[in-house]
Parts: sequence; structure tokens; C-alpha cells
Amino acid sequence: MKLVEVKDLSVTIGKTTVLDHLSFTVEEGDVIAIIGPNGAGKTMLLRTLLGTIPYEGKITWHKVPVIGYVPQRFHFDHTFPLTVEELFLMKKGGPSFWLPADDLRSDIKKALSHTEVENLAQRKIGDLSSGQMQRVFIAYGLFGSPELLLFDEPTAGIDIGAEMNVYSLLKEIAQELNLTMLLVSHELSVVYTYAKKVICLNKTIACFGEPKKVLTPEQLQSLYGVGADFYRHDH
Amino acid sequence: MSVGVGVSLLGTFIILRRMALVGDALSHVALPGIALASIYKFNPFIGAVALLLFAVLAITFLERHSNLPIDALVGVFFTASLGIGALLSPSSESLLEALFGDIRDLNIIDAEIAVVVGVLVVVATLILFRDFTHLTLSRELAHSEGVAVERTELIFLFLLAIMIAIGIRIIGTLLIGALVIIPASVAKNISVSLRGMAVISVIVGIVTVVVGSTIAASFQLVPGPVITVVAAVFFLLSLLVRRS
Repeated sequence: MKLVEVKDLSVTIGKTTVLDHLSFTVEEGDVIAIIGPNGAGKTMLLRTLLGTIPYEGKITWHKVPVIGYVPQRFHFDHTFPLTVEELFLMKKGGPSFWLPADDLRSDIKKALSHTEVENLAQRKIGDLSSGQMQRVFIAYGLFGSPELLLFDEPTAGIDIGAEMNVYSLLKEIAQELNLTMLLVSHELSVVYTYAKKVICLNKTIACFGEPKKVLTPEQLQSLYGVGADFYRHDH
Repeated sequence: MSVGVGVSLLGTFIILRRMALVGDALSHVALPGIALASIYKFNPFIGAVALLLFAVLAITFLERHSNLPIDALVGVFFTASLGIGALLSPSSESLLEALFGDIRDLNIIDAEIAVVVGVLVVVATLILFRDFTHLTLSRELAHSEGVAVERTELIFLFLLAIMIAIGIRIIGTLLIGALVIIPASVAKNISVSLRGMAVISVIVGIVTVVVGSTIAASFQLVPGPVITVVAAVFFLLSLLVRRS
């Protein structure tokens, strides 16, 4: 079943075109990796789908999903006195923010345990290291029964050992709950292992389809330029 | 007291958004409205509210359609309004009166308006607490959580404008500025969570008004400055608590 259809999507910032006539369809349950060189418009595409960027063209949602979003970098005032638990409580809203029930607090701890940061619940988010922050945000993205996950390089800043655990977890959760996921990643091994489809982006869509079919050495060279290395995982 | 609760709760977000002096600057935007009210003999409160709401709408519009941050836009409106207000005001005395109201001149109707506005600000801020927090933390995250960012921003500025209008005519720009900025700053110094900051800010707001008013009544002093000084003492104490 179609979740969202994107047709002739263009985004212009000032006089620069950052996305140029993109058209693609996301089906429910798709795990789609978005790859491309720096400045290709990957983050911009996620932000456009979130509705934060004005665009031309058409984005048709066949159902309005609950979105779990993890930004590449989260810019905020580090003196903001918000605890990790409060960040999660904000997702729920209402009176539970002020007086959370024990069940809710244990749900938050459980969500944090996915990325092994349950001990950080009472810490201020401004006091966390960038790696801890990213783990907290991955857990945050998965909290509250999302139907669509938009993850912008979710493991940036996380050590290599934990990185694959995070992707395994994401794949497991996506399969278990039939979530749809759009994932920006620079790691081609991640794309081959975890994504059903890939969008090669360089302001326009250079390729779209199953990674093993569309990610040819020629395609990667034309996307990343001469000298791009190619390594295929045959799983 | 209700104004104290309202402004110190809203003040939490004003401090976190680093808009502490925006409220003070916005208060001058009301001047042309007050000057027009004095020329055409209508209630200055209406003139102040009308001009503030116009400014809030214009600032929101320009923030969306220009690259300028909100404090720069407030600065433009503030200086322009001060100029226009000074040209329109019949005398410098009325200009000063417009800028610095006095809590002692409070009549029953003014007091009732202050109470109603205070309660409305508290209720609106509590209902929108989550949205205001999202907006303050990250607009991008707010969007992803389904917060109507532009509308919430407008409501926030609207509440700020109403509060300033009350400040100008009823309890004075100095006092309203102090109650917006100082209790929330005290709370930020000593709190370990956002909920803690909001609660402490409100408590400090109430205690400041009660202690300041009592001291002022005992020594027959003007309440506004006394309340402001009491708030400043709380701020110094909070710095000591933070250091320890």
C-alpha cells in the first residue's frame, strides 16, 4: 500500500535549486536508504517530507503517519534545563508531562534501554556527550509508536561497535512493527544490509530501486565522482 | 498576584528563548497607540493593545519572509515606534506616564482586568506548555511532533503582547519587565529540570510580589521598585545556591 507519493518535487533556497523535480513512491513497510554526496539534498529531502521547507511539486500522503524523526545534528541551547525523561514526556503531552504515571516512566526507560542509555533518564540533555545524545534521539524517534521513521545519519557520532547494533535494532523494529523507514546513510554496507530500496540523490534522483540492482559501480562513480570506491556485501 | 503568576510562567520561555529584553523593547511599540489615544480621547489600553497586536503580526510575517532574527525585527519596530510616538505625544510628561505606569493608581476595573489577564495567561501557557517547549527547543523537532509552529509562535507573541499592554497601563513597564525576567532567571539558576524551572519561577514570582508589596506598605514606598529590588535579591541568592 502506498504511504506517500512524491511528484516533481523541487526545493529552491535563495537562487539555488537544492532538489530538482524528484518523483518517487514510498510503500508502507519500505526501508529506503538515501545516499548521495555532500550537498546532494538528502537532509533537505527529509525536512521537506517533514513539512519544514517550502517546496514546489506534489507530496501526497495516503495516510498521515506518526513520524519518528532523528536529525543529523540537533542544534539547541545547551543550557536548556530539559531532562531526557521530560523530552520523552513531551511526546505524550497533556497532564502526564507534569505528573507522569509509573507505567509511562517505565515505558520511557524501556525505550532508552534499546540504545543502552536508560541510566540517562534524569540527566539534562545539554549535559550529554554527542554520542549519548544521538543514542537518546534514536530511542526518542522509536518512542510513541511511530509509523514512519525519518533518520538522518542516525549513527553519526556513535562508536563503530554500537553502530551496527543500532541498525540491527532499527531493522528488527521496522520488521516487527511493519514500520516505514527513510534513512540517510553514507555507509554502503548499511545500505546493502538493511535497506530494501535505495534513492541515489544528487539534487535529482540518479537511481531508485533495490540496492543490488541499481547500485552498479558505474552508478556510484557517476554519483560520487571519479575515485569513488565500491565494495559489495553479498548477503 | 495573578499577573505575577502569569508572567513568571510565561517568563520561563522568554528566558529560554533569550528574549528577555524583547518584552521591554516591545513595550515601546505601544507608544504611538497611546499617543493617538490621548489625541483622539479613547482608552489608551485599547491603543496600546491595537499597536502591539499589529506589531506582533507584522513581526511574525517579516520573520517568515526575511532572513532577520526576531530580536532584530523587534528592534526595528521598537525604534520606529519610539520615534513616531515621540512625535505624536502631546508632551514629554505624557510620554513618561505612558512608559511607566504606577501600581498605586490601580482602580477596581484595572485590577479586574489584571486578574483576568493573569489567569488567561496562566491557563493558555499551561495548555500550550508542550508546544511552547518544542518551539523553544527546536522548530524542526516541533514540526516532526505535529506542532503548528507558526500558529504557536503567534499565540506566544500574542500572550506576550497582552501582558506588556497590562504592564504599560496598569502595573508599570519596570515591574512587568522584572517579573518576566527575574523569577525565571532565578529558577533557571537552581533548577535541574524544565518542570522544576516552571514551578520555581512561579513560586519566586508570587513570593516576590507578596514580600515586595508588604515591605512597600510597611515603609510607605512605591511598590514597583521595591518588588523589583526584592526580585534582584532572590537572583543574587540563586547565584549563591548555584555556586554551592
